[in-house]
Amino acid sequence: MAELLRTSPLDAWTDALERLPDTVRIAVEPYVAMVDVRLGTVGAAASAALGVDLPTAPGTWVPAGTGRAVWLGPDEWLLSSTTETPEELEARVRAAVLPLGGSATDVSAQRIGLRLTGARVRDVLAKGCSIDLHPRVFGRGSSAQTTLGQAGVVLLALFDAADDVVVLVRSSFAGYLADWLLDAALEFTTTPTHDR
Amino acid sequence: MQLIACPWCGPREEVEFHYGGQAHVPYPDSPAELSDEEWAHYVFFRDNPKGRFAERWNHSAGCRRWFNAIRDTATYRFERVYRLDDPKPGVTELARSREEGTAP
Repeated sequence: MAELLRTSPLDAWTDALERLPDTVRIAVEPYVAMVDVRLGTVGAAASAALGVDLPTAPGTWVPAGTGRAVWLGPDEWLLSSTTETPEELEARVRAAVLPLGGSATDVSAQRIGLRLTGARVRDVLAKGCSIDLHPRVFGRGSSAQTTLGQAGVVLLALFDAADDVVVLVRSSFAGYLADWLLDAALEFTTTPTHDR
Repeated sequence: MQLIACPWCGPREEVEFHYGGQAHVPYPDSPAELSDEEWAHYVFFRDNPKGRFAERWNHSAGCRRWFNAIRDTATYRFERVYRLDDPKPGVTELARSREEGTAP
C-alpha cells in the first residue's frame, strides 16, 4: 500500500516566497487544527464550557488557548488550536457546545494560513482587497472575510500597525493566492522573484 | 464599484453579494388547499416596480448571512439594509432617513 505523506499545498512556492524582501515577508503557517462552531446564543455557559469568550462583535478575533477564535457570523466561529489534533479539538469543542444546542465540525484541512509581515503588507493587500486595512480601522483583533484577488479569504490583524496579517485561504486556492501575492509584491522587490 | 452595507460586516463591494429576489413573500398558510394557479402565483409571480423594492441579499463572500434591503430599481440606490427579523421600513421612515441624510 502506498504511503500517504502529508504535504503543504504551497510546497512548490517555498523558494519563491523566500526570495521576497523584508518589506513583504510571506510565511506559510504550519498546519493547525480548526473547528467550525455554530452556536445560537453565547453566554457564560458557553464561555465556561469552551474556556474562551467567543467574540460577538462582527469582524473580530480573540486568542483562544494556543489558537484563535474568529468571528465568522452571528452564530458561527472558527476555533483553532496548535497543540491538539483535529480529532481532539473537534471532540472537545463538540462536547462543550452540544449541550447548548450548538455543533462543531472539523475543518482543519479546509484552510491554510499565510502570515504576511513587513512595512508594505498593506500596500500589497490593497491591490486586491477593497476593505479598509488602515490600522485606525483594522487594528489588532480585527478580522474580515472578503475576497483577495479572486479568492475568498479571512484576514486577521495580529498587531495594531497592520504590518502583520494572517490570511486564511482555502487550500485549493492557496497556489493561486501565492502567485497573486508574489505578483502584487513584485514592485517592492529589488531582485526579480520569478525565474524568467 | 457600488458598495452594499451588510448589516453585519459593513460596506463591502457589490461582487461579494448574491441577489435573492423579492423579500417579504410569505409562505402560504395552508399550502395543501392552494390551487395550481395560486401555487404558480406564490412560486413564480413577483413584483417588478420602478422605484423602491424590498429585496433579499446574501453576503456570500463574507459572513454568508441573508438580509433585506430597500433598493431603488431606477437608480440602484440602496436606501436601507435591515436584518431578516426586522420589520419592513415604511415609506415615511425611508423619506425621513433620506431627508436626514442617514440613508446608506
